[in-house]
Amino acid sequence: MNLARAYHGASAATGPLLYVPRTHRAAAGEWVVIRAPGQPARRGQVIDAGEEITVVQVLDQTLGLAPAKAEITLTGDIARAVVGRELLGRALDGVGRPLDGLPAPVGEALRPVWGAPMNPTRRARPADFIETGISAIDGLATLVRGQKLPVFSGPGLPGLEIAAEIVERARTPRGEPFAVVFVGVGITERETREFLRRLEQSGGAERTVMFLNQARDPAIERLLAPRFALAAAEFLAFERGIHVLAVIADMVHYCETLREIGAARDEMPGRRGYPGYMYTDLASLYERAGIVAGREGSLTEIPIVTMPEDDITHPIPDLTGYITEGQVVLSRELHQRGIDPPIDVLPSLSRLMNSGIGEGRTVREHRKWADQLYALYARGQETKLVAAIVGEAGLSAADKRARDFAERFERELVGQGRTPRRLRETIEIGWRLLEALPREDLLRIDEATWRARKERT
Amino acid sequence: MTARVVRVTGSLVEARPMRESALFDLVRVGARGLLGEIVRLQGEVATIQVYEETAGLAVGEPVRSTGAALEAELGPGLLGSILDGVGRPLARVADQEGDFVLPGAEAVTLDPDRRFAFEATVQPGARVTGGDVVGLVEERPGFLHPILVPPRVSGIVAEVSSGSFGARDVVAALDDGQALTLAHRWPVREPRPVAEWLRGDRPFVTGQRVLDFLFPVAEGGSVALPGGFGTGKTVIEHSLAKWADADVVVFIGCGERGNEIADVLAELPALLDPRTGRSLIERAILVVNTSNMPVAAREASVQLGLTIAEYYRDLGQRVAVLADSLSRWAEALRELGARLGEMPGEEGYPTTLSDRIGKVFERAGRARVRGAPERQGAVTFIGALSPPGGDFSEPVTQAALRVAGTLWALDPALARQRHFPAVDWATSHSLHAEATAQWFVENTAEDWPELRRETSSLLRRDAELREVTALVGVEALQESDRLVLEAARIVREIVLSQSSFDPNDARSPVMKTHRLAALAIAFHRQGLAALERGTAFARLPIGELRQTMVRMRSAPDDALDELALHANALIDSMGREAEPEKEAAQ
Ligand SMILES: Nc1ncnc2c1ncn2[C@@H]1O[C@H](COP(=O)(O)OP(=O)(O)OP(=O)(O)O)[C@@H](O)[C@H]1O
Ligand SMILES: [Mg+2]
Repeated sequence: MNLARAYHGASAATGPLLYVPRTHRAAAGEWVVIRAPGQPARRGQVIDAGEEITVVQVLDQTLGLAPAKAEITLTGDIARAVVGRELLGRALDGVGRPLDGLPAPVGEALRPVWGAPMNPTRRARPADFIETGISAIDGLATLVRGQKLPVFSGPGLPGLEIAAEIVERARTPRGEPFAVVFVGVGITERETREFLRRLEQSGGAERTVMFLNQARDPAIERLLAPRFALAAAEFLAFERGIHVLAVIADMVHYCETLREIGAARDEMPGRRGYPGYMYTDLASLYERAGIVAGREGSLTEIPIVTMPEDDITHPIPDLTGYITEGQVVLSRELHQRGIDPPIDVLPSLSRLMNSGIGEGRTVREHRKWADQLYALYARGQETKLVAAIVGEAGLSAADKRARDFAERFERELVGQGRTPRRLRETIEIGWRLLEALPREDLLRIDEATWRARKERT
Repeated sequence: MTARVVRVTGSLVEARPMRESALFDLVRVGARGLLGEIVRLQGEVATIQVYEETAGLAVGEPVRSTGAALEAELGPGLLGSILDGVGRPLARVADQEGDFVLPGAEAVTLDPDRRFAFEATVQPGARVTGGDVVGLVEERPGFLHPILVPPRVSGIVAEVSSGSFGARDVVAALDDGQALTLAHRWPVREPRPVAEWLRGDRPFVTGQRVLDFLFPVAEGGSVALPGGFGTGKTVIEHSLAKWADADVVVFIGCGERGNEIADVLAELPALLDPRTGRSLIERAILVVNTSNMPVAAREASVQLGLTIAEYYRDLGQRVAVLADSLSRWAEALRELGARLGEMPGEEGYPTTLSDRIGKVFERAGRARVRGAPERQGAVTFIGALSPPGGDFSEPVTQAALRVAGTLWALDPALARQRHFPAVDWATSHSLHAEATAQWFVENTAEDWPELRRETSSLLRRDAELREVTALVGVEALQESDRLVLEAARIVREIVLSQSSFDPNDARSPVMKTHRLAALAIAFHRQGLAALERGTAFARLPIGELRQTMVRMRSAPDDALDELALHANALIDSMGREAEPEKEAAQ
């Protein structure tokens, strides 16, 4: 690329955009510094590079910026993030500046914030089970390293707490290096503090780097925060062999900013006002999870999505679900009935579960065990609906059994409270629920599995 | 005068002067040589759609036109390859650039170092035209790959030589000096011509019971496969890639997940084609543009995949094209259109959306292909669709439904109950059931069409009854209606559902499909007879029959006979044991 070039005065400004005439060799995505007399320097990025006019998107507040008086420097480089192990233990803002009063990290390297897509042929298939201690997840929507598995929460539901629990407990089984990258986008200080407190309690703070975008920060930093964070995460994972768990909370704020900025740029809005490219944009974040063949580390992503009005078809959870490898869905109904964690296992899913479970990974019968629990729970839930209309008398004996099973399943397996469970324990509880039923209700359990279970107990 | 970049916004680049170039010419943009395509020409200025990440591309960098449109390189050596959306082999890109994809990679589709033994089948003096076979190479053990005269070429063979050649080597020359090489190029957006389109009457056998039995698609047909997220589109596409009866499989991963490609790459090589006994990767070609790869190449990926498929069709092969997902392709059109400032139509898609989707589906078909010796080939197209919010009324799904002959609609409610494949039997349909019936009769049994009809009506009756029971409860039903519910439950839970993770059930041969369906229907028929003769409903051996059929479903194919015998005995016993009861009652 180029050397830095400075220009005096932009010809116009609209909202966050500056129009700079006759720049020399402006490049797409070029990083820009804008200085105005008596004001702190602002940062920007070229979004439209032209011979006659170059458009710069200013990342900071443009209030009080007189375009004619601004000195605009095209830096000759694209946005880069400081990355390295030194970031662990630090709290930074959305673009990597320290928030913890310590000096800015020097890092081990600078990496482009936007990253590059992993070559699909170089991906290794994620298959290592991550034990979260949460029965509904470990048993029925198993998380594996390198997966992207969001938590679909709702306003007031404990999405972030569940993520915190996962992070707290998800140690690597064989003691390999482990790190957490936490990205706070538009979440409250209280939520952030609570998350931090839990990390500190579990002794994980020095293995964690936080990128916190605060409400008063410029909107566009909300779009940059996850990218700075993922650049750091990728470096730790793929260049330093660390197993990284990245939590991004809350994707809803991220997407709202995307909508806001699109509107400010006069773009054609798509479904419910969100930009038509939101799928692509979200994919550029979520797809950074994974494992590179032949390298040590992994990058696992747990985005939190607070579904507006609990609506799973809202574009944010919808597009997220289309990109991620499953989802953990929280239910208001379960929450209100005091089932904690309120995970609704029916819409929850881990698409990578199959490669992470079974003999040598979890337990041999895991798949069949889970299928059977699902099937019965689904039937029980359906029966509950029917029973609400036709009453007890209209139910067949098998229906009644399924309904009672569903109740117990929610209370005993899902509603474990906040005490972590080992996977074995989860499996055992599931078996006990199943064994309370006659064999003919358990068709998903084949003979061999059934006999093996009987022999063991 | 060298053309230079005058403007860069996102994936669009303007360059000047480009008067010499033509619309759709492929260009190399900037010092790194990013690949792009001219999408608009106005005076001196060309607007270029760049297929690669443009960050860092600066005004003033050079632009070079290649003078040709985006083309596919077609020839021996495609089988087993994994290409990006514009035809670069991703493994070779990785060798050059490492584990992450950087813009500007220079890699031709066919391996320049690979050589093939070419055996000429024409003599000098022969008159040849497009599609004629001039010789053969063995692309893979057991896979003879005819070398064709490219579609628009003809003349008299002046020279031809057998021997060992690379894909770009000349193997023959025509009298007018035209050289024939093992491989030739063809523009991806242009359908390859055929001699004559044929009606499809042979089914594209999928190995999935619900599809083969209820919603068969003919070879050369096209299928729309819509479903919300997590309803099982990709698992179906992957199952077809593994188990569908096709000579060649082209899988287009368009705007979807990288880990899913890793899955395919991990699984296909290890699985054996039940027909040839060879690794399944040997019949597959993957075109991959994951959701985080540049959007412009997403659009190209579908065209590239179809062009490769048409080429193998022209060789006389039965090809399956599995596109996951066409919605991402349509979204790419939308994103590009918006950037070009085109007039948006419904939901922001280009006004030409419907037409362009039509053109994609129309590239499927069964044909007598051009050239001698006479051959037939087929391209069967299965396009997954990802409707926002799972709502099929959106423009992309609707446009696809208008042109696809078969609809496999996935239902989120079934997926939530873990009923897979979550194909909704109430809304899915096929126009090919009649045409393909004869093949199924010949390959299974006479009663296939009848079983199919009876199963469909059983499922319809089941849906009605379930609505009733939701109001009055099951205990209020007549016994014959309860029998319908039980028989339909067997159909739904045992016949139609199929786990792709069960090694013995991932692929269901049509005979097995027939057997399971026949048992379910026999149970219904004979159960009814038994009830009429006075057998109590509670005495029907439903539980044991279900257990036996579940075992059949996951049994190895050679253990089916014995289990079927047992199931049949159970069904027959329903009729017999009723007799004494009836007598006793008299
Ligand atoms: N035939 C099947 N047998 C067993 N499980 C299945 C089957 N089909 C789907 N599933 C389950 O459903 C999950 C989701 O399926 P899949 O990934 O194919 O969905 P999709 O429709 O492609 O979703 P998206 O649109 O988000 O890509 C799978 O990971 C698997 O757990
Ligand atoms: Mg999919």
